[in-house]
Amino acid sequence: MTPGPGQQNGTGQPSGGEPLLSVRGLTIDLPGGAVQPGLVEDVTFDVHRGRAVALIGESGCGKSLTSMAILGLLPAAVRVVAGSVLFDGVDLLTCTRRQLRRVRGGPVGMVFQEPMSSLDPTMTVGDQIAEVRRLHLGERRSVALKRAGELLERVGIPKADKRLRSYPHEMSGGMQQRVMIAAAIACEPKLLIADEPTTALDVTIQAEILELLRDLRRDLDLAVVLVTHDLGVVADFCDDVVVMYAGHIAERTPVDGLFYEPKHPYSSALLSAVPQSGRARTNLTVIKGRVPSAGHFPAGCRFEPRCEHSVDSFCGRPQADTALSDDHRTRCGRVAGGELILKGAVRG
Amino acid sequence: MSPRMIIRRLGGSLLVLWLVSILTFLLVQLIPGDPAEVIAGENATVAEVARIRTELGLDKPVLEQYFNWFTGVLHGDLGHSLSTNRSVVSTIAEAAPATLVITTMALLVAVVIGVSAGVAAGLTQGSWVDRAVSTLATLGIAMPSFWLAMVLVSLFALTNPWLPATGYVDIREGFGVWLSHVVLPATALGLATAAELARHTRGCVADVLTRPYVRTARARGASGAWLVRKHILRNSAIPVVTVLGLQAGRLFGGVIVVEAVFGISGLGSLAINSVLQRNYPMIQGYVLLSAVIVVLINLIVDLAYGWINPKVRTA
Repeated sequence: MTPGPGQQNGTGQPSGGEPLLSVRGLTIDLPGGAVQPGLVEDVTFDVHRGRAVALIGESGCGKSLTSMAILGLLPAAVRVVAGSVLFDGVDLLTCTRRQLRRVRGGPVGMVFQEPMSSLDPTMTVGDQIAEVRRLHLGERRSVALKRAGELLERVGIPKADKRLRSYPHEMSGGMQQRVMIAAAIACEPKLLIADEPTTALDVTIQAEILELLRDLRRDLDLAVVLVTHDLGVVADFCDDVVVMYAGHIAERTPVDGLFYEPKHPYSSALLSAVPQSGRARTNLTVIKGRVPSAGHFPAGCRFEPRCEHSVDSFCGRPQADTALSDDHRTRCGRVAGGELILKGAVRG
Repeated sequence: MSPRMIIRRLGGSLLVLWLVSILTFLLVQLIPGDPAEVIAGENATVAEVARIRTELGLDKPVLEQYFNWFTGVLHGDLGHSLSTNRSVVSTIAEAAPATLVITTMALLVAVVIGVSAGVAAGLTQGSWVDRAVSTLATLGIAMPSFWLAMVLVSLFALTNPWLPATGYVDIREGFGVWLSHVVLPATALGLATAAELARHTRGCVADVLTRPYVRTARARGASGAWLVRKHILRNSAIPVVTVLGLQAGRLFGGVIVVEAVFGISGLGSLAINSVLQRNYPMIQGYVLLSAVIVVLINLIVDLAYGWINPKVRTA
């Protein structure tokens, strides 16, 4: 399948087949947190083979937690209290540790936000890439290192043989992220989870890393879960979008749906906060206020205090996740009820 | 670590030693009382004292005295003990092995017990292992080594006569005999350091476990022994080595008390007697030796850093 929002078929779903990854009702909480609402609540989405799904939202919306939970990598302070994460038919939340270990780094690779702190400072980059193959394929170090050299070349690092013996601090941020990607694809995964892979990098490097990810996606037929807050990246790279706000999914849609017909006030607010190119000196809209912290979520719609379309009597009540079509869902009752029609950012 | 850096470190160490030699020399100048009078005894005549002063070169200008003394030091001549008139170097050489052996063994005890307990506790935070290690470590730090030494003697030498209570024998008289004499003093001296190391190691391991690179390693499928060996130990070792270096210096000071309890005539008793007798050439010898040892330990720690932490190599 060719990536890109322009290439979608009518339903946004590839024809036939079970989803590769199916997240159902994922709820993440602090231990003993029965009283407070979850940090992440009832998150449901699918990733089909070869497709890229974006998790977007401001910082603190639970998108990173969601991506960590897929491979069971949540920090010790939080835990999954409900839901399932089916990967190739196996529930990663209830499978054995051994099964989970085989999935991590094998059919599912992961890339993190800050390459500098995410690479082991005391290990050469060659060994860190080779580690994956040694763990999963039982290759000898020398064999795995040779393969690591090929992988470095594949991710666009010149003089790979020499670079194998480098330590992370001897490389630039962009190089480090290439190393992270090389390790993540070392066992030819089917799914790549990328948690804000370009956020910590310079703008020019960001473009290069995205270009690399796009190439790899095409060559390896990778499915991707991309955590980002950059709508440009979403438009450029992804097929489907999951918009998260304060631990809830606000809207779930194919990419075109988000840009042409957003169905949640938060999505449209995000769109209008993006500067428009070619329209210099226009006022940049900002979303007033900030994401509430866990434990301080409003009882009703969680976006209600910041929403410019809110109606007290209605929005103070909890909102249900509603399907508008096969592939477009919203958690805004006013939109679902046809009361509110939002404008998209892109017209024509 | 590059050869250039090693040479730079060595140069720094030599500079420190030279400064210590100046301080050691001045120390004697600052001590109240005239060594010549001490040597001559209470009933000596003024002429006798003056003769001894000339003999020792104490009547010369300070700079010249230092130059003569330092030339001697460089040739391995630290003068003669004022009480026995034997050479300082050979007296120290006689007492040093027992002390160095006990200190080294204590360090070994500390590293083996402290690091393994600390790693076990750090990896199982909140478990009974962790709580036990933390409690024992606090206890170990609180217990003075002389008291611990007495408890060990009463338990393992007097109540159960398994090990000798006092003395030291050379390893040439048999490994078993040697070891039996070393075990108790080394344990008494090393346990406090083991406790300190255990606490520190626990903290370091706990900290490393929260680092993103450990999460990355898990995301690659690493776990259990592999994760500990390849990622956690090496990263935890960096701060632990610092503490180890500091503790090694402390052990060398603490050995004095342990020697006293076990009746071992090592450097400790030598140092105490020298101070009591104002035997200043002996004091100088002891201080210089201590300085050399501490500087050596620091050098080893620095080199170990380079080996453990690649960032230091290029720094």
